[in-house]
Amino acid sequence: MTELAAFVLLLTFAGAALFANRVAAKQAELVERARLIERIDRILPQTQCRRCTFAGCRPYATAIADGAADINQCPPGGDATAAALAALLGRAPKPVDPRFGTMPSIPMVAWIDEPACIGCTKCIQACPVDAIVGAPRHMHTVIAAECTGCELCIPPCPVDCIVMRPAHELVTETTHPSALLDAVAS
Amino acid sequence: MQTAVRARGGLRLEAHKERSTRDPIATAAPPAHAVLTLDQHAGERAVPIVAVGERVALGQPIARPSTLVSAWLHAPIAGEVVAIEPRPAANHGGAPALSIVIANDGSDARHRERAIEDFTALAPAELRQWIGRAGIVGLGGAGFPTVAKLASAAEREHLALLINGAECEPYISCDEMLMRERADEVVLGARILMHALEARECVIALEDNAPQAQQAMQAALTRAGDERLRLTQVAAIYPAGGERQLIAAVFGKEVPHDGLPRDIGVLCHNVATAAAVARWVARGEPLVSRIVTITGAGVAHARNLDVRIGTPIAQLIEECGGYTPRITRLLMGGTMMGAALATDEAAVIKTTNCIVAASARDLEPRQPEMPCIRCGNCAEVCPAFLLPQQLHLNAQALDLAGLERYGLMDCIECGCCDYVCPSQIPLVERFRQAKPHLAAHLRARAAAQAARQRYESRIARLQRLEAEQRQRLEEKRRLARRKDS
Ligand code: SF4
Ligand code: SF4
Ligand code: SF4
Ligand code: SF4
Ligand code: SF4
Repeated sequence: MTELAAFVLLLTFAGAALFANRVAAKQAELVERARLIERIDRILPQTQCRRCTFAGCRPYATAIADGAADINQCPPGGDATAAALAALLGRAPKPVDPRFGTMPSIPMVAWIDEPACIGCTKCIQACPVDAIVGAPRHMHTVIAAECTGCELCIPPCPVDCIVMRPAHELVTETTHPSALLDAVAS
Repeated sequence: MQTAVRARGGLRLEAHKERSTRDPIATAAPPAHAVLTLDQHAGERAVPIVAVGERVALGQPIARPSTLVSAWLHAPIAGEVVAIEPRPAANHGGAPALSIVIANDGSDARHRERAIEDFTALAPAELRQWIGRAGIVGLGGAGFPTVAKLASAAEREHLALLINGAECEPYISCDEMLMRERADEVVLGARILMHALEARECVIALEDNAPQAQQAMQAALTRAGDERLRLTQVAAIYPAGGERQLIAAVFGKEVPHDGLPRDIGVLCHNVATAAAVARWVARGEPLVSRIVTITGAGVAHARNLDVRIGTPIAQLIEECGGYTPRITRLLMGGTMMGAALATDEAAVIKTTNCIVAASARDLEPRQPEMPCIRCGNCAEVCPAFLLPQQLHLNAQALDLAGLERYGLMDCIECGCCDYVCPSQIPLVERFRQAKPHLAAHLRARAAAQAARQRYESRIARLQRLEAEQRQRLEEKRRLARRKDS
């Protein structure tokens, strides 16, 4: 009888150990995946424009890590980003697939024709990086230095008063919040 | 007096100051036309507040600062605004930039400003604001608006003010002459700046090869009788007057490479900047003139001139007896850090400390560039503790990651590496060209990280709002159910 009890006890221990092992392995895998996503996300340009067909840069990074998306789907990052992703993942580099869209040759930012704005707040809801300020039924405006140029605010505007303009016209070095310190340092 | 020496780097250069220090400072004639470039300082350019045809008095504001990092501009002569148009600009090597042009009516009629008898009666913040109206920028050459620098360190406790009189460029002597002849102005300016910053002490530093300036300053300090100020000497090892180099020598502390002097409790202003502050506060004179060293074997009579801002450089050369046949190049700034001027039509700006009419001996023409032999001379002399040879390799390949790793942004463009390179590689020129690329890259990266953070906090906010909404709905349903039963 005691033998049987000992045997059962042994089995239980072995099972528990095996289970613990599996949990640990699973956890390590999860940590590894999170790390990979983070590293991919750091390479992506953070424009958050959804051209890659995902809901932003981080979701796209997650899809790449899970093997659900290719590395050549980010037009704002261009071939340089695709190459950096290829290097990170140890794959052959390839150019960005033009089916995911193209980018203007110079950086652009959104600009609201303020007198035309009716204050519907639709653009605020669309902006992925909180670069638009305004209140219901009041004029809205884009904080040019914080706009990534994703263009997501353009289609929702009912009066078509948002246009993309060259970034250098609207963002100068000293309108950027970090500029004061930059300038003191030099 | 003790002489502070810094641990490493730099060069002992042959001084050429005696050429321009034989005569006292002379006052240059006011120009017939003054040309005032709107972007003659670091930061954003000034915006004109006068129109063509308007009459202006000497010292009247003619352009206002466009942002916090910008400066007022004042009329250096009385007369009529005759044009606002692109003119050759000294800060662009002689290329045109938008400028206000004033024709002199010869009257020197003054625009009256208030003179403050007792600056200690003003609150520090009020005094800082008042100093901002004078259009003063860093006169040592960097041209950073003084009011913005003051603002950056305001309300720091236990701040030490460092007044930089270490004029290390071998040909420049305008600060030395200023200290010799107008030491009281420098000391008064330092005391005003101390009050504006609520600084606890002030160190005035100069090089150990300027005994007359040192005596004059010592005498002025004794007259002022303010014990919070003291004089110190640093070894004349170029670039002793570099802000970070001077702070390290005087206070024995290094400014962190990604930080500012204020992070270690120091704020540094040039002696001429201090004197300009004194003239504004005590006499109501805004920055409309400065001392300029005219030197080099390419000019007949080297000397220091007190010059109205906006005076064409050609006129200053005339006042010094004209060019000699030995002239080969014209520089603004010193022979180590200065920049070539394509034309002497360009006018003096606030940061013009020196004009070198250089002969082939002053500035040896460069021999053809040879490959780097990895001798390491450049690394030995670099006062910023960089490896110029590695920077050079990475600059050639425009490898931004490499340039960042080897600290390109910490290069102060002193030219020491260039000077000792046996292969005649124009290192500084390469570094100057590469810097904007790296700066743009770093800015873009910082912007991307900021966008990422805003994106993530927005997602978190939306999720929270959704959860709250769901909870409210649930609550409502529960209440409704209870009522039913
Ligand atoms: S396509 Fe747009 S959203 Fe997608 S990864 Fe690139 S920048 Fe980010
Ligand atoms: S303002 Fe428009 S273009 Fe700019 S980031 Fe927001 S949604 Fe994109
Ligand atoms: S969507 Fe257009 S109209 Fe509506 S708030 Fe934005 S800019 Fe104004
Ligand atoms: S001094 Fe010139 S040759 Fe020598 S290591 Fe430096 S760059 Fe190369
Ligand atoms: S120019 Fe730059 S790299 Fe060369 S010695 Fe000076 S600080 Fe060092």
